[in-house]
Amino acid sequence: MSSRAIQATRSGRTRRGKQTGWLFVAPFMVVLVAMLIVPIGYALYLSLFRDQLIGGNHFVGFANYIQLVQDSKFWSSFLRVLIFLVIQVPVMLILALVAALALDSARLHAAGFFRIAIFLPYAVPGVVAALIWGFIYGPQFGLTGSFNDLLGSDLLKPFTSTWILTSIGNIVTWEFLGYNMIIFFAALRVVPTELYEAASLDGAGSLRTIISIKLPALRGAIVIATIFSIIGSFQLFNEPNLLKTLAPNVIGTFFTPNMYAYNLSFAGQQFNYSATVAIVMGVITAVIAYVVQVRGTRQENR
Amino acid sequence: MHKRLRTIVGAALTTVAVTAALAGCSSSTGGTGGGGGNADQVDAALKAGGTLTYWSWTPSGAAQVAAFEKAYPKVKVKLVNAGTGNDEYTKLQNAVKAGSGAPDVAQVEYFALPQFALADSLTDLSQYGFDDLKSKYTSGTWGSVDLDGKLYGLPQDSGPMAMFYNKTLFDKYSIAVPKTWDEYIAAAKKLHKADPSAYINSDTGDAGFTTSMIWQAGGRPFKVDGTKVTVNLQDEGTKKWADTWNELVENKLLAQTPGFTDDWYKQLAGGEIATQISGAWFPGVIESGAKGGSGDWAVAPIPTYDGKTAVTAENGGGAQVVMKQSKNQALAAGFVKWLNSSDGSVNTFLASGGFPSTTATLTSSDFLATKPDYFSKQPINEVLKGASDSVASGWQYLPFQVYANSIYADTVGQSYANFSDINTGLKAWQSALVKYGNEQGFTVSAK
Repeated sequence: MSSRAIQATRSGRTRRGKQTGWLFVAPFMVVLVAMLIVPIGYALYLSLFRDQLIGGNHFVGFANYIQLVQDSKFWSSFLRVLIFLVIQVPVMLILALVAALALDSARLHAAGFFRIAIFLPYAVPGVVAALIWGFIYGPQFGLTGSFNDLLGSDLLKPFTSTWILTSIGNIVTWEFLGYNMIIFFAALRVVPTELYEAASLDGAGSLRTIISIKLPALRGAIVIATIFSIIGSFQLFNEPNLLKTLAPNVIGTFFTPNMYAYNLSFAGQQFNYSATVAIVMGVITAVIAYVVQVRGTRQENR
Repeated sequence: MHKRLRTIVGAALTTVAVTAALAGCSSSTGGTGGGGGNADQVDAALKAGGTLTYWSWTPSGAAQVAAFEKAYPKVKVKLVNAGTGNDEYTKLQNAVKAGSGAPDVAQVEYFALPQFALADSLTDLSQYGFDDLKSKYTSGTWGSVDLDGKLYGLPQDSGPMAMFYNKTLFDKYSIAVPKTWDEYIAAAKKLHKADPSAYINSDTGDAGFTTSMIWQAGGRPFKVDGTKVTVNLQDEGTKKWADTWNELVENKLLAQTPGFTDDWYKQLAGGEIATQISGAWFPGVIESGAKGGSGDWAVAPIPTYDGKTAVTAENGGGAQVVMKQSKNQALAAGFVKWLNSSDGSVNTFLASGGFPSTTATLTSSDFLATKPDYFSKQPINEVLKGASDSVASGWQYLPFQVYANSIYADTVGQSYANFSDINTGLKAWQSALVKYGNEQGFTVSAK
């Protein structure tokens, strides 16, 4: 081996030493770049152009963003998911909390069964869940139809514009209640038993234990669950999109921001504007999630 | 975590590899290139053989391909179900846009054809002398593939509209079968009064149905000349239909059950929907979906406005087209010709419940003598052939009809949902179409 070759090997070895760290994170970086950075970059690039069926593609600067700000369809879809968020998320999280506390209370018979039963809907894919519920909601064929027949009236109307958001909220709650319950339940499990012993020695009842020990211990988990739920609400797509075939006039093409983006690109070939919708929604979601996180942790530190 | 990530990377790479392999398969091999051709080239290409990719959702697709490969052993056809209707058009449009990835032959419904023709993505089949096939097809279907003197495909099937009605229900309440739309509305009122759970028709507002009904009423709301488009959803014929249909919508005389859902089939079978104004492909749908209605249903010509001249419109149906991206257009054209004009192929198509576009089949005694049990042995094809003979001419679809139909529920659908004037919805639809068309570079004017 010539001296030059040895030198090369040596310097190679040192370089390798520095790069070992990069090598370990490489699989992650590859996925991060390929699956996150590149698509976001491409979406940003797309949002600055306008491609027409006639006339081709040209740079339009921020024209798509300006159009979006004035787009009443976008804002109505945004308002809809906001209303959904404000009502559905608290309902779901409170129910999940109650379920987790009940399971943790050790007073429940067959707690394991309840835990699995409540969690099970989460294991059902969203698409399948929407199909199942679409069938249940069917005013002629489904359970709703049978129930109305029994009463002899049209009491339940899940597919009318008044009730559709509630109907979807019901599906989403059913799907994600168990998931949130597991997060809360896991957080409760890590509370040291000494705390409970100390509390009972001090004469604290169940309610007092919940308020003074369990809820503070859950604060971090609640913040996490809230952030996930906010993101989920803003991304609402599967459930309304599948129910659309059953209620075409009630669920329009811009029912939620994600449906709007989807229909813009897949029905209208408006990929550029669709990318703009996606980016703006992404930014709004990130900001709101961040605010919740900051507020949540500040309360935790207090 | 590390292991899981690697699995994800692995899966991603596999996906890429599979996609690349699929892309490799779809490019056809050998044969003559595009551009100007002639009739001899098609025969030569069929003899020489090659590989074709064919996108279709027709139930008889696989059987037809098998029969074709038997007749022409040197040609291999790769049949791909790329989705039904809009799902396929989205993929096709993406392939056209990307400049690669399109199949050689694709199934495209008549309403979507202008969109692909305008994008210059379809081969003009008249270069292969296919103009001569004109006499083989009904004028309605030929008019749908022959646009501005260019032949963009050969008709697979047709859907001349007729009135399918529940005869048992009509007899039960002694309602006469309506011949005019006025009689139809009277029948709607009488029926719903006699049985509040029964409706004359089920319609939640369907773009395909609406355009066909406007077509029948004599409206020609879309005028297309290249990229110059005029939209007038308040022309005389359109208003005539809208004012008539308003009687049903505003008085809540329609069951607003979306088509092809479980609820819809249940109402069709259970005597809660008395009629469907639909394309001639409807018997196949109701026979398989609403078995309980067997023996109750019959077919009659579509009601008219004056009650004198029979006039109807096409509803649904489509063609097979040759994509310009095809590397072997002559061979693809040969396949399309065999698919939609050879007896073997057409009969296979009929056996799966399709309604033909070829006059030879429509007038054959076997076809006309068909008496399905579902329709109490009524020779329904006689009525449907009559419909196919009376399709009004001069109808044009928008060059962005796929998009137009997708936003129909947002506009006209709202009139249905609110039981209010359809004309309001039509005006909203019109302004949305004008806006979209102009954004896309067309010169669209409202009239």
